[in-house]
Amino acid sequence: MQLSREQMLQAYRRMKIIREFEERLHIDIATGAIAGFTHLYCGQEAVAVGVCEHLDTDDKIVSTHRGHGHCLAKGCDVDGMMKEIWGSREGLCKGKGGSMHIADVDVGMLGANGIVGAGAPIAVGAALAAKLDGKGKVAITFSGDGACNQGTTFEAMNMAVVTKAPCIFVFENNHYSEHTGFEYAVGTQQDIASRAEAFGMKVWRADGTDFFAVHETMRELLDYVRAGNGPASVEFDTERFFGHFEGDPQRYRGEGELDRIRETRDCLKKFRQSVVSAKLLTDADLDTIDAEVLDQIEAAVVAARAAPRPTPEDVLADVYVAY
Amino acid sequence: MAKMMYRDAVRSTIFEAMERDERVVVLGEDVVGGMGTAGGPEAIGGIWSTSTGFYDAFGPDRVIDTPISESAIVGAAGGLALAGKKPIAELMFADFIGVSLDQIWNQIAKFRYMFGGKSTCPAIIRMAYGGGFNAAAQHSQSVHHFLTAMPGLKVVMPSTPEDVRGLLREALRGDDPVIFLEHKALYGVTGEVPDGDWTIPFGHARLTRAGQDLTLVATGLMVSRCEAAADALAKDGIGCDVIDLRTTSPMDEEAILDSVEVTGRLVVVDEAPQRCSLATDISALAAQKAFASLKAPIEMVCAPHSPVPFALELEQAYLPSAAKIEAAARKVLGYR
Repeated sequence: MQLSREQMLQAYRRMKIIREFEERLHIDIATGAIAGFTHLYCGQEAVAVGVCEHLDTDDKIVSTHRGHGHCLAKGCDVDGMMKEIWGSREGLCKGKGGSMHIADVDVGMLGANGIVGAGAPIAVGAALAAKLDGKGKVAITFSGDGACNQGTTFEAMNMAVVTKAPCIFVFENNHYSEHTGFEYAVGTQQDIASRAEAFGMKVWRADGTDFFAVHETMRELLDYVRAGNGPASVEFDTERFFGHFEGDPQRYRGEGELDRIRETRDCLKKFRQSVVSAKLLTDADLDTIDAEVLDQIEAAVVAARAAPRPTPEDVLADVYVAY
Repeated sequence: MAKMMYRDAVRSTIFEAMERDERVVVLGEDVVGGMGTAGGPEAIGGIWSTSTGFYDAFGPDRVIDTPISESAIVGAAGGLALAGKKPIAELMFADFIGVSLDQIWNQIAKFRYMFGGKSTCPAIIRMAYGGGFNAAAQHSQSVHHFLTAMPGLKVVMPSTPEDVRGLLREALRGDDPVIFLEHKALYGVTGEVPDGDWTIPFGHARLTRAGQDLTLVATGLMVSRCEAAADALAKDGIGCDVIDLRTTSPMDEEAILDSVEVTGRLVVVDEAPQRCSLATDISALAAQKAFASLKAPIEMVCAPHSPVPFALELEQAYLPSAAKIEAAARKVLGYR
């Protein structure tokens, strides 16, 4: 299905925001301006955006420890995200969550997660709520090739099938769980999706570095799930441009591997090539977005740097609604 | 005022909540029972008979019979709660929380805090705990102490049918995650339950016996054992305060301290082993905040530092008894 010019411009802008948001984090973490553990999503933008462009705020997503891209794609506020990662009390989670636990329930983003594999059962619950409401809404859980080996993921897949929950298991295979290769850690060695097939789910597979492939696959998959067929799964083959965490020296990478994937498997480059060669958009259209996004990220950093810090009195706030 | 069994208090309170509030959803292993069998749905109605008739009344979208998947059950309860429902998940035996601990401890207990207070997670996780059935080490444990140690959770331990009703209603009206611990040995206990729509606020202990000489503090099944010890001591003219905490998080510190300031003597009774337990927590509270009132060292009557044993004689030796509580009380009273 052909996307409109506006849809393509929006998708590119969202992917570019994720890319520049994180390229900037990469610098600010390296200089010590940002504290804590941060796991960058760069390289996988086509998956988050290709999935979330189909969703509205009543559709829920549950994310991973590599969650910035999912948050931004689902519509979390850029300034609020940046402030949260800088630890400000004006952050999206008032500086309580940080990079690994960003959430915004108001936009249907039920949390990044510091525990690998923890998200899938939560998404099943959100999907059961959607089923109960009967409005054709869905819940999506993102998992990597690391999370696909956790028992929680299997429990969640089976329970979703048993209860016919409108839950979508999106596997982003970036070939690395932490510092360990997919070929070693995933016993099937071929793919992850076959596991979902074993639980009785209909499964799709697509190139996660091709925005249009992701978008079209999700359109089919969502039509299937929203029609009341129960859960489904999809595996996207994608790339991780940075290490497991920021500061990871990535000694496990092959010779020239990072340069090669940046050159041939960059979803933003591939998007630009395909829309420009098909004369759907011009380089000038995309260059304009690039410039605007860079300004937006710079403004977000300036705001985050200046934003108020939490005070010690904030430590005990929001443990309970009322105790 | 009606007489009601503890298990029926659980069942009827949830049933009424489901009638009143369509956001209330029940899920767990065999909460329907018989799914996928020749017997069909409602062949069991929950292994504790606490969900009998729910499926027929509310259907499969609100009474969700799950596979044996504790992590998925608790996680799904969390997801349901974040998505605006009021899930009541049953974990069957409290011992099984080990399997789902991440979802309890790192997920539902922490959502609100990590998300900056912008969400609530009103999930109720029910589980049967405690010894007395020769069910041995993996089906008899008391787990309240380490759940109480987890910020973000509220921990409830009703000891009577009346408390089941009042505390469960309170849990359903709140917006925090609640661990609701039902003692297996209490399911068959009958008691008076007042009519009408009332609740018991969390953090308010119940004084079940009043006296000037000694303070006994307990939860769950141990409350009646303290009462039996107090009644025996009363025959010798010794008066005991027996405090049923009802909830361990929040905990009614004031009730404990007020009593100890009068009696000067404290015995804490806990069904779990003593190390890092609720008993040591309460003892530390009294030592810190009522030190000047204490006339004797604090005694703790707890399980030994071992798994729960199987054999009849061993389990009886393991669990705190009224006789052990009475002996500890006399030791404290005899201190000079």
